[in-house]
Amino acid sequence: MSVKLLYFAWVRERLGRGEEVVEPPAGVTTVADLMAWLAGRGEEYAFAFENPKVIRAAINRTHVKASAPIAGAKEVAFFPPMTGG
Amino acid sequence: MPATIRLQSADFDAAAEAALLTRGRTDIGAVVTFTGICRGSEAGAPIAAMTLEHYPGMAETEIARHVEEAEARWRLLGVTIIHRHGRLVPGDNIVLVVTAAPHRGDAFAAAEFLMDYLKTRAPFWKQEERPDGTVWVDAKSADDAAADRWAKQRQAAE
Repeated sequence: MSVKLLYFAWVRERLGRGEEVVEPPAGVTTVADLMAWLAGRGEEYAFAFENPKVIRAAINRTHVKASAPIAGAKEVAFFPPMTGG
Repeated sequence: MPATIRLQSADFDAAAEAALLTRGRTDIGAVVTFTGICRGSEAGAPIAAMTLEHYPGMAETEIARHVEEAEARWRLLGVTIIHRHGRLVPGDNIVLVVTAAPHRGDAFAAAEFLMDYLKTRAPFWKQEERPDGTVWVDAKSADDAAADRWAKQRQAAE
């Protein structure tokens, strides 16, 4: 299953990219699994996802918890806590 | 209820936006206008500029969802929200919330609710240019607490 990933703010800066398409292996079923898998893809990924508890996620442009399943997700976004307004 | 939501890099005119909501109407008795402005210092340190990054597509949807919630909670006759993105310098406008209602209580409460949610749930991120470099602004626990109290109020009412 291929999924489009989007990164914002310091997550984007640490990775050096704003988006990519990945094919997570079977067994990666939740947002938390996806972060753990991404963290193992290289130094910059390990740095970006070193503290997954502070990273927020959205699936198909809706906020989700780390325990949310990624089945059927077209777009998953990772970003720090929001600071708008 | 007419709701206007705009994300833009251009500036806005708060007075003109408020006038647009009330023009030709006699049922509106209260308009609250809130403007968030870029400060020139934070905790004593000067800020040369601020860059706002956002998640296009999600930002509009998320704000619209909160406008719908505000409409359900208070009697509103109009809402306008404008959030700027890109590089802003001290003194620049950042965000505008205008709420129109028959009475002031609903207009005040809805404007504060919408601002509290924009701070914590709308996908925007601020980066400040300080003398020692650029830094991403940390989320403030006071902002989370401000947003949480609306959820608590709602739970209490249910």
